Amino acid sequence: MSRGGIDIQDPLVEDHLDDRVTEPDRTATGERSTATPDRPAVRSGARARIPGLRLVGWVVVPMALLGLWQAVTAAQVFSPVALPAPGAVWSAGVNLAERGELSGHIAISSQRVLLGFAIGAVLGLLAGAAIGLSRLADTLFAPSIGAFRAVPSLAWVPLLLLWLGIAETSKVTLIAIGAFFPVYTTVAAAFRHVDRDLIEVGRAYGFHGHRLLGRIMMPATMPSIVAGLRLALAQAWLFLVAAELIASSQGLGFLLMESQSNGRTDRLLLAIVLLAVLGKLTDTVIGLVERRLLRKWG
Amino acid sequence: MPSPSAPTTSVASAAAHPVAIRDVAREFALAGGSLPVLRDVDLDIEPGEIVVLLGTSGSGKSTLLRQVCGLDVPSSGHVLIDGTPVRGVDPRCAVAFQEPRLLAWRSLSQNVALGLPRGTDKQDGAARVAELLELVGLAEFGGHRPKQVSGGMAQRAALARALARSPGVLLLDEPFGALDALTRLRMQDLLLDIHAAEPSTVVLVTHDVDEALYLADRIVLLAASPSGPGNTIGSVRTVPGQRPRDRAFDPQIARLRIELLEGLGVPSHHEDDHGPTTTTRNDVHRSTRHRNDDDRTDRPVGPRSSS
Repeated sequence: MSRGGIDIQDPLVEDHLDDRVTEPDRTATGERSTATPDRPAVRSGARARIPGLRLVGWVVVPMALLGLWQAVTAAQVFSPVALPAPGAVWSAGVNLAERGELSGHIAISSQRVLLGFAIGAVLGLLAGAAIGLSRLADTLFAPSIGAFRAVPSLAWVPLLLLWLGIAETSKVTLIAIGAFFPVYTTVAAAFRHVDRDLIEVGRAYGFHGHRLLGRIMMPATMPSIVAGLRLALAQAWLFLVAAELIASSQGLGFLLMESQSNGRTDRLLLAIVLLAVLGKLTDTVIGLVERRLLRKWG
Repeated sequence: MPSPSAPTTSVASAAAHPVAIRDVAREFALAGGSLPVLRDVDLDIEPGEIVVLLGTSGSGKSTLLRQVCGLDVPSSGHVLIDGTPVRGVDPRCAVAFQEPRLLAWRSLSQNVALGLPRGTDKQDGAARVAELLELVGLAEFGGHRPKQVSGGMAQRAALARALARSPGVLLLDEPFGALDALTRLRMQDLLLDIHAAEPSTVVLVTHDVDEALYLADRIVLLAASPSGPGNTIGSVRTVPGQRPRDRAFDPQIARLRIELLEGLGVPSHHEDDHGPTTTTRNDVHRSTRHRNDDDRTDRPVGPRSSS
């Protein structure tokens, strides 16, 4: 009963709130899984209204950055080895593609990300829902999960290699760990904070158990869940690079490592650009899904 | 536990049920002990009656309302609806709250449909929802989302949702408290229309004395219990006259208003004994200043002030 202020707030909630950070992109080594505030910054439609401005953001500004890059290399501010021209990076890409290597790198990296993301997101949803819905589960397990969350991702790598070997399993597992926590944190917080008044309405109209969950709680948490998934996907790309940097023979992270040891800055930049493009692409896809869901459930 | 007389699948309005509150007490467990809110509450409500629970903030009127529908459980005592005790959320009741509490992701008709009894035939349900939207004047807004309509409209939808249950007992927890003054007056008339069309038993919580006087058959004033901590029924007053009551001046009701206000601890500034005068009216008005509305201020009181 929230009436009369009898409901004692869970002290852990504050804890989680403090931990929540809006920006998912920290460095690959120092990151902790991050989540979003209740009102995620995704209702972007309200802000970027002018269509022309949108085009500027998506096309003109990136082109300008490219132009700046070109200008800097043309002026030979840095040596071509330190900073190759955009054209050189492009031909490095074409060269790799012609040798049939590029598609392999992209395919295996994407596969790892999507697989790890799917596994981590599903587990995060289940764990988050359990912790968010059950005070008992929250009391018993939230502190331990919080402790695991505090472990920097790279700390898992040696253990995963030892246990699971250098094959796909260890990489996908690491990515799944990365995707798990944002989903877990947002979903748990969202279920904890479902409007008590709405739950009371549901009860007053005879809903309980799975009906209350399906009719009231799931829809009410939908926006947070999608925001959590979006963060998890960003996190999955982050963890991919961490996984591939350490032990792999294929993938964009491997391309980074290999190019570093061969001094192929052009390929190195190619891998970075590809990571940017792929990350943005998957984020855009999930953003579109999010917009549709918010229109229905928001 | 539906009583035999309460149809659970039919969409026709159910019979009004009598409510009996028997020796109900409620205390809340707090970190440092317990907070007694209600004690020794005994009340019988006739079928089809409109009873208003009146009390100051924290007097336990909302808590008492929640005992009736089973949203909250008495610490001791029990509530009977139509002779059978309330156990768990009772399907014979429907509740509307101070806030509309509509589901933002559903249209108004879908929100109203939420109130339909489980197992209602789809077509019957749709027809009932349409009928109720018509009744509350929202026939053209069934497809709107709650965010797209005004607070008063949302509250009307919430009322329709409660009615969709075809309740034997309709419970209203300060249903018009969050509305602007004029909307509130219109909603009071709407409630009376609804009650005329579907005469269920109504229990309404308010702290608005004038609202209580306009709507109620009887007003139950909650006050501090003489026999210990917590509140109980201070007095039960029958409001004279037939509904719809004159919103302008009525000397009998004015006297009751003064008594109720004083029962709530608000000085009425009523000075003399030879019947309320225009000045008294104004004084009473001043004493109810916590309401930012008063439909009576712009109406003449003179001709009716003589008793």
